[in-house]
Amino acid sequence: MLRTVLIQDLAISRGERRLFSDLTLALRAGEAVALTGRNGAGKTSLLRAVAGLLRPDAGRVIFEDLEAETARAEHLHMVGHHDGLKSNRSAWEELRFQTLWSGGSPATARQAAERLDLVRLLDLEVRRLSAGQRRRLALARLVASPRTLWLLDEPMAPLDAAHRQTFGALMAEHLVSGGMILAAVHDPLPIPTRTARIGGEISG
Amino acid sequence: MKAFLILLQRELALAWGKGGGPLLALAFYAGVVTLLPMAAGRAPEKLAAVAPGIAWLALALAALLSLERLFERDFEDGALDLLTLGPASLEAVAVAKCLAQWLASGAPLALAAPIAALALGADPKIIPLLVLCGLFGGLAFAFLGGLGASLALGSRRGGLLVAVIVLPLYVPPVIFGAGALDALNSGLAWTPGLYLMLAYCAAAVALSPLAMAAACRNALD
Repeated sequence: MLRTVLIQDLAISRGERRLFSDLTLALRAGEAVALTGRNGAGKTSLLRAVAGLLRPDAGRVIFEDLEAETARAEHLHMVGHHDGLKSNRSAWEELRFQTLWSGGSPATARQAAERLDLVRLLDLEVRRLSAGQRRRLALARLVASPRTLWLLDEPMAPLDAAHRQTFGALMAEHLVSGGMILAAVHDPLPIPTRTARIGGEISG
Repeated sequence: MKAFLILLQRELALAWGKGGGPLLALAFYAGVVTLLPMAAGRAPEKLAAVAPGIAWLALALAALLSLERLFERDFEDGALDLLTLGPASLEAVAVAKCLAQWLASGAPLALAAPIAALALGADPKIIPLLVLCGLFGGLAFAFLGGLGASLALGSRRGGLLVAVIVLPLYVPPVIFGAGALDALNSGLAWTPGLYLMLAYCAAAVALSPLAMAAACRNALD
């Protein structure tokens, strides 16, 4: 299992603009880091660089002694604004696919749906879901197929108070079991976190 | 392998759901068979002469229809991120997508082609070759089309770009396939044309996934 992730001297540009450089950040088992910073500071880009979807100008991400490619294919989940859910398929079809694709089983998908209060929605087409329901559906694969590192982009934004609490509990459980969370947020997460300010100094 | 099958199942459902499948193939050929005599004249011997060629050409053009959305959809809604972070390589993802595209639209079209050719008065002896050409030609069209679709990712007016990229690549299989059909029709040696087309198909299936995966990585960056 993955126990540390090290982001080393990372520099990222979008187009001509340098978002940040020399960013170094270590993440250890059981730890959550909240990435803060103004809009456009590069929080999402940092998450995408960790996921290997975006090539940094300099620096690298080290997943212990694992090959980066293996680590990304087996130990990492990313949930962002673009949730990859197909609007004309049913919630269950999408949850089932996303779960199986990331290594879970139909049974774990069913359990995740129960945890995130999705059971009554599973027969609906994804287009019928509200923004909050849709986000819960996207978050369900975190629970349905356990992977160590969660990369979350504004995970709580569309959730109501009750479901923020539910998801807070899920994050806490994940950390207790040795997981890691790297989340871009504007509001603080309901779990103990270190804060890394992107486009500024790192504190905590 | 398990992941590949899971993905193939999803891609098939998506391709079938957005208007692929046997009914589309039949409707498409119904259009060709109805409209061609009106456009090209009703003389049976004239129609019979062009029937194999038309059935074959219609196949190639139909393969272009739904290409644009092959990768674009997943790129826009973030599913391509998920597919990249999965257990199968992007190359395998590309193969699954093209294969599903072929199963949902190319193969039904190939199987419907004889009906159109016969309705236009083609000699029944060409039917086996027409189906064979249709199936393997369709496979080449699907993979080359996927190549065009992946290269056009993220560009506006992607559909136009796909057509421009793909058309020159469609030329060789169209020529080889039509050549084989024509040779059989006029009693000449038809195997060389077929073998060339099969070779082209094999090259397309083997090489284009590499290019598709690279194009997708590039588009995500």
